[in-house]
Amino acid sequence: MDIIVCIKRVPDLAEAGLEIAADGRGLRTEDLDFDINEWDDYAVEAAVRLKEQHGGVVTAITVGDEDAEEVLRRALAMGADQAILLDDAAFAGADPFAIATALHACIRSLPFDVVLCGAVTSDGASGQVGGMLAALLDVPQVALATGLEVDGGRARVRHEVEGGLEREVEVALPCLITAQSGLNQPRYVSIRGIRKVADVAIAARSAGDLGLAATAVGEAGSRVRLEGLLLPPAGKRAEILEGSLDAAVATLVERLRERGGL
Amino acid sequence: MSNVVVVAEVRGGLLKRPSLEAVTAALQLAGPSGGKVVAIACGAGLDAACAELGKSGVHQVVALDGAPFASYSGDGYAKAVAEQVRAAGAGAVLMAHTAMGKDLLPRVSALLGTGIVTDAIAVAAQDGSFTARKPVFAGKATMTVRAVAAPFVATLRPNTWAPAGGGVPAPVTKVAPAPGDLLAVVREVVAQGGGRTPLQEAKVVVAGGRGLKEAQHFKLIEDLAAAFGPGVAAVGASRAVVDAGWRPHSEQVGQTGKVVSPPLYFAIGISGAIQHVAGMRTARTIVAINKDGDAPIFKIADYGIVGDAFEVVPALTAAIAELKHGR
Repeated sequence: MDIIVCIKRVPDLAEAGLEIAADGRGLRTEDLDFDINEWDDYAVEAAVRLKEQHGGVVTAITVGDEDAEEVLRRALAMGADQAILLDDAAFAGADPFAIATALHACIRSLPFDVVLCGAVTSDGASGQVGGMLAALLDVPQVALATGLEVDGGRARVRHEVEGGLEREVEVALPCLITAQSGLNQPRYVSIRGIRKVADVAIAARSAGDLGLAATAVGEAGSRVRLEGLLLPPAGKRAEILEGSLDAAVATLVERLRERGGL
Repeated sequence: MSNVVVVAEVRGGLLKRPSLEAVTAALQLAGPSGGKVVAIACGAGLDAACAELGKSGVHQVVALDGAPFASYSGDGYAKAVAEQVRAAGAGAVLMAHTAMGKDLLPRVSALLGTGIVTDAIAVAAQDGSFTARKPVFAGKATMTVRAVAAPFVATLRPNTWAPAGGGVPAPVTKVAPAPGDLLAVVREVVAQGGGRTPLQEAKVVVAGGRGLKEAQHFKLIEDLAAAFGPGVAAVGASRAVVDAGWRPHSEQVGQTGKVVSPPLYFAIGISGAIQHVAGMRTARTIVAINKDGDAPIFKIADYGIVGDAFEVVPALTAAIAELKHGR
């Protein structure tokens, strides 16, 4: 079975204070730590488990510069067999459509049965690339998967369609699945594990290698343009309602009524 | 002049409320240009839902109504919707940012060769094109983007626009879906949470976290939610308690779960990790109940009670029940 997993390197924002870069269109990245996007971690785990069950080859792909190699190494350490870095100055400033365009150009020349993507990324929070890529590849998709089994040329996927309603759908391979949290518990990656794959060659591809004009990718190929980023004003702290339990609860109910919340 | 398409969501024959919110946004976008708003619904047995949709102020309803569309399939729906968007000559396409919206609209936008803004909290027609604002970086920042391709496509965060209604009935056009387009087969519906108020549509979300100590103590959360009366409040959960297996993943509020924006949100025994805050920060009023007065949740809440949830929540439940039912 040929499995492709698309991943992204993102800033770790859990503890980070954010600062907007001078151009107003991105973050100051000097003080940020980066790691694989959480949902992509689920996707890599799912890809490796499919290989372990059915045999085959897992190929990890990312779009980025040489810094992005670290997430590909991480995927290799988890069990991916090969890695491709789509690296070209022309890819810079891409919106999800331009990213999907680059991934599509790479994947269409590869054999694949299943393409896995994270459902969303923690930075841009767009959740678009999987669905767009499925449309460009003209294969069925299931988004937000919380369960996945492949058997006899078909994938059975559990996913939520709306508030609490989950269902299992079956699609023919090849297909594209986006991984939601809850799909699996990704395996631990040790420093030793990463060291073991340090010598695995990572294939680099430029826009030209993929047969793409520079105008079809990156900012030029994007369908939406980032105008600016804003940090919300620091909110004031909550009004802490003091007094006895009954008094605090009574004040709370009064406040909520005043605000029209009840 | 720019027509605007709303992709409406119908489930079990009922029109989903966030679809009416999308109609409000569509009417605002189309208004200045004199464009028409066309609502597209997909499914089987859509008559009642389309009648309601038709009275929401839209100019036309297109019902892709037939057995092949009885259950959702991303591929089949996307092809049919993209075709109707082209037929409507739409300059913009809007849908609610629900599980179905997240699955469907990116695919539709790629079929149309255009981009999309997901989870938008504001959209505007400006200087001949469209702009949208959306939270990014775990809700720590907002981004403004401009569409440079047509049509402009966006999914809208539920509970951000008021639902539309009260218009004159618009004509409903029925289109039979082509069966060959469906690639996904539904094997089993795990009707978890059936009949409950969907989290993203609820007027009130009562969410519990690790501070409740044990799964069974979520009864306190359920009781408070129930005190608001039927169909008003939904139960949410922090990631920690979902990971611990106390609550199903479908109830998880946060970056890895659902993003909710209700008029009223209760965070009970939830410390307020950024992961959680990203999923509820835009709620209009936030109430935090936590033993730890230094918990980060109090930084983003409007009102806080520092105290033991096991004492505060029952008292609050009684007060709400009294207010709602006079008992």
